[in-house]
Amino acid sequence: MSAICLDISDLSAVLPNGQRVLRSVSLAVQPGEVRALVGESGAGKTMIGKAVLGVLPSSVRVVEGDIRLEGEDLGKLQPKARRTLIGARTALIPQDPLTALNPSRRIGSQMTDRLVRILGWSGERADTRIRQLLDEVQIRDPDRVLKSYPHELSGGMRQRVLIAAAFAAEPRLIVADEPTTALDVTVQKQILRLIVQLQREHGTAILFVTHDLGVVAKISQKVSVLYAGKVVEEAETAALFAAPQHPYTRALMAATPRYTEPFASLKPVDEAVLAGLASEIAAADQAWRRPHG
Amino acid sequence: MDEGRAQRRGVSPRLWLAGGWLLLALLAAIFAPLVAPQDPLAQDLMLERLPPFWIDGAEPGYWLGTDSLGRDLLSRLIFGGRIAFIVAFAAAITACLVGSTLGLIAGYFGGWTDRIISRVVDVWMAFPPVLFAILLVAVLGTGLSSVILAIAIIDWTRFCRVIRAETMGQSRMDYVENARIAGYGRIGIMLREVLPNVVPSIVALLSLEMGIAVIVEAILSFVNLSISTDDPTWGGIIAEGRLSIHQAWWVLVFPLITLILTVLSFSQFGEALKTRFDPVLR
Repeated sequence: MSAICLDISDLSAVLPNGQRVLRSVSLAVQPGEVRALVGESGAGKTMIGKAVLGVLPSSVRVVEGDIRLEGEDLGKLQPKARRTLIGARTALIPQDPLTALNPSRRIGSQMTDRLVRILGWSGERADTRIRQLLDEVQIRDPDRVLKSYPHELSGGMRQRVLIAAAFAAEPRLIVADEPTTALDVTVQKQILRLIVQLQREHGTAILFVTHDLGVVAKISQKVSVLYAGKVVEEAETAALFAAPQHPYTRALMAATPRYTEPFASLKPVDEAVLAGLASEIAAADQAWRRPHG
Repeated sequence: MDEGRAQRRGVSPRLWLAGGWLLLALLAAIFAPLVAPQDPLAQDLMLERLPPFWIDGAEPGYWLGTDSLGRDLLSRLIFGGRIAFIVAFAAAITACLVGSTLGLIAGYFGGWTDRIISRVVDVWMAFPPVLFAILLVAVLGTGLSSVILAIAIIDWTRFCRVIRAETMGQSRMDYVENARIAGYGRIGIMLREVLPNVVPSIVALLSLEMGIAVIVEAILSFVNLSISTDDPTWGGIIAEGRLSIHQAWWVLVFPLITLILTVLSFSQFGEALKTRFDPVLR
């Protein structure tokens, strides 16, 4: 087994019109590490998560680079073998806990189904496992929840169910795609705490996609800052907050609203910095196009 | 929860009214020889154009009166229901199976599959349905199975279009992506994850289609293109009633009421069933 849990190197992806949505992205996640991917909407954070999980939209094409999951190059595997590998070793904690659960199936059957049908567990074992996980995410009435349809549960409950489901098969890597964005502010904190707690107990690596620097500071060990599909800065979380190197990172931090100054107006990211980034990216694209025609 | 459900169940009289009428008509059709007061084919020129029971001159045993050949109208309506229901069930289920399967495939797989199926549906729907039906029956020959086949051939597109759109919507939901990440195969996702979510629409459409099949069968009988002319059909009775409207209005009015009630009940029943089948609306 390779030491590196997830290793993305030089990943580039394009839209049908030739525009690059991922620009030579490289990042490595060590086993048991929480890696935050931070950036504005449209920066390609979710795209990276989808690429790892093998569910890129059909219009997006990977043109360069590779993704290794525990040393296995996903691009070199047959589609079927790739699906099996991704299914067994990864899981997703999605952004919207409502649409991520099938509305016409009971929670219990949705959760055990995957363990039974994909991993070949016995029904009894799957049921025990699911109840154990529901207990870990502090659901106190598992019988009711397992019998419920998704719409009968609150957003926070649904997200707990999805967290339990993600950890149930003991994946090595979980992609958490803005798992708290769709939730109430008061619930966000509990959910974050749960994710961190389960992550520590299970030793699972997490690729945590977010636009919230506050969340980054709380949960991650390392951060990649993304802009326009390009990693502009990568650092240990503590180091990044202590001394951000890239001007964009500094601008992003300056734009974060603070509780200590409740009446200060919201600031956008500094435009001079964005202009600088735009020319940096244009230059990089030009350099990239030349060898790639 | 259970209380709320029971309450909502209580305030759905349309399910009971529509279902009640359909059940009554269906049972009458099934047990027609036992239920019908007279032989529907027996002619008696002494009893021609008897009025319904509440009008002077009515004869006991001929509740809704008789037609110009002295045949009992109620018995003819009951026996006509047999053909109406056979056509409704057989044609609607055939159209549903073909249309829903193609719609599910087109909506879920998209791309070329979808383009081909959708183009066929577009071309198909460009034909005016009733003329298409008459043409088909003329080609296939009259008879029960040709009527059923003609209706199925025309109306599968209804299912295909709606189920395709519903499937496309469902396929974009995150739970489908989740299932893909978990490692399910495409066909498995289509059948186990997506299909249960389009079933409520299929059920509603199926019931609606049964109503439509009843109308189309009546139209075909009306223009004498349905089954053999001996067996009573609702459309056939309406055609006869039209000729004697001034002497015996009841021969036209009662089959019309029967037809309207049945078609309306099918559509209402479908809507109500949809609500019952859908866990979110329930």
